[in-house]
Amino acid sequence: MKNRLHKNPWRHLRERLIEAVLFLAAFSAVLITLAIVAILLYESMSFFGHVSIFEFLTSTVWTPLFEDAHYGVLPLVAGTLVTSAVALLVAIPIGTIIAIYLSEFAPHKVREIVKPFLELLASVPTVVYGYFALMIVTPLLQIVMPELNGFNMLGPGIVIGIMIVPYVSSLSEDAMRAVPMSLREGSYAMGATRFQTAIKVVTPSAISGIIAAYILGMSRAIGETMVVAIAAGQQPNFTWDPRESAATITAYIVQVALGDLPHGSIGYQSIFAVGLVLFLMTLAFNILGHMARQRFREIY
Amino acid sequence: MATPQNSKKLRSLIRRLKFNDYVFSLVGLVCMMLGVITLLALFTNLLIDGMERLNYDFFTSFPSRRAAQAGILSAWVGTTLVMLVTAIVAIPLGVAAAVYLEEYAPKNLLTAIIEINVSNLAGVPSIVYGLLALGLFVYQMDLGQSILSAGLTLALLILPIVIVATRESLRTIPREIREAAYALGASRWQVVSDHVIPYAKGGILTGVIIGLARAIGETAPIITIGALTFIAFLPPAPFSGDPPAGLFDWLQAPFTVLPIQMFNWVSRPEEAFLINAAATGVVIIVGTLAMNALAIWLRYRIRKNIKW
Repeated sequence: MKNRLHKNPWRHLRERLIEAVLFLAAFSAVLITLAIVAILLYESMSFFGHVSIFEFLTSTVWTPLFEDAHYGVLPLVAGTLVTSAVALLVAIPIGTIIAIYLSEFAPHKVREIVKPFLELLASVPTVVYGYFALMIVTPLLQIVMPELNGFNMLGPGIVIGIMIVPYVSSLSEDAMRAVPMSLREGSYAMGATRFQTAIKVVTPSAISGIIAAYILGMSRAIGETMVVAIAAGQQPNFTWDPRESAATITAYIVQVALGDLPHGSIGYQSIFAVGLVLFLMTLAFNILGHMARQRFREIY
Repeated sequence: MATPQNSKKLRSLIRRLKFNDYVFSLVGLVCMMLGVITLLALFTNLLIDGMERLNYDFFTSFPSRRAAQAGILSAWVGTTLVMLVTAIVAIPLGVAAAVYLEEYAPKNLLTAIIEINVSNLAGVPSIVYGLLALGLFVYQMDLGQSILSAGLTLALLILPIVIVATRESLRTIPREIREAAYALGASRWQVVSDHVIPYAKGGILTGVIIGLARAIGETAPIITIGALTFIAFLPPAPFSGDPPAGLFDWLQAPFTVLPIQMFNWVSRPEEAFLINAAATGVVIIVGTLAMNALAIWLRYRIRKNIKW
């Protein structure tokens, strides 16, 4: 009996081993991030050996696969920003209204039924949304705007907007629900209606969380690939007009990957260079968004 | 003072404000319905467009130059095998990482760095994972444009989803359960493996299903690693053929998956292939929605049945 209670070295060793294995699994998250940064930088380095960073950031022509090659990333960045802006113009009003409704108005039952549906909306594969943009939304827009190109940035932008509505609304709703009940009760005690309370008390109190939702939604829209690859066209085009067709950063990567370029060629390296730009853009928005989210958590 | 005039004004003000309230609740309802209606419209449209191709032959034929004879055999087999690899890699890795962060991790800088990385990875666009896989798996590690590369890529992609879901589910287990086990002399791993993980099983499963449903629909990273779009053969089954294929030869085989097949058909100019694309879309949507519905139902049941 006494023996059994003695410290068992084997058991101790096993515990330490298991802890080490679990730690390695968790640490893999850091390794993946490092690997992403390393691969993007490594391949971009050879790209910037051929192309000056100045040309990359200032030229307005992107034709890396042509005889007369130009390497200005601005057209791709413009395409990305225009589609994302259209997406936000759709997602912000709808997402915010849904969030206010779910957090302040909806009876418990309605919320329980509707939220799963919104989650399903977010889970539809993006390639299906691409088909939707090309085959339904663009033809519908062409009824209103007959001169609209079959490939344009407006249709896919709207579809991406619908896609990120659940994301924006659920993050905003979280922020609104974090507002303490006492603030609402104070407002109701002054005779305010639910709408007044929502607009004048809850929304201002939750504003940094709501803005975080918009920023994170923007980051989603920037990284979205299949919808724009299918419906926005493949031609780099330096324009701010959403009715025109233009390639985004993501659409360009898809186009090159489908073309089966030889490993090590400048075209192959170019997708890593634009990928780096994409990564940095989303990283910036993600950091901003998380900073804003942190703030609303700290207030109460 | 409550003169008749004042109270009339007040009454009209109240009426107006109540009316605003009512209008907004209608607007909110309409906006939510917009989401539901979009989902239904999308699905019915796909179903109507693709109905005529949704038959037995569609599932048992290879892609073809003639739209009416083309099928998705190689695509759904490819999707299944890639998912198998993804699940085998992502589930143990994700659950282990979550157990470490929730049950073991000391509060220090290193833990904070890991946590920041997990939440950052969830926000990295999927196509960037594709670039990572192209550079690392396909060329540096020389795995080629294979099922293994694709499965690993998607495993990395859904890792944050699995980790976050598992952590949430571990967190719902009350501390008393752990303390009771420690009081009986259980070691840390015994507490985790005999008590915490079994009780959190349902929540972990929900997270895994949602992660895999996401992986099924992912197209961009797999296109980036260079999956082919026209595959008229199946990966070798173990011990089949002559000379017989090895047990794991299928891992190195070229492949295609359902979303890529759909993308390929959408980008063709011929109208007939759009019908195939729609039919493939129906298959993908039914797959992901069924998995998500299963996860939502599981979560609902867990919430209802378990009361600590």
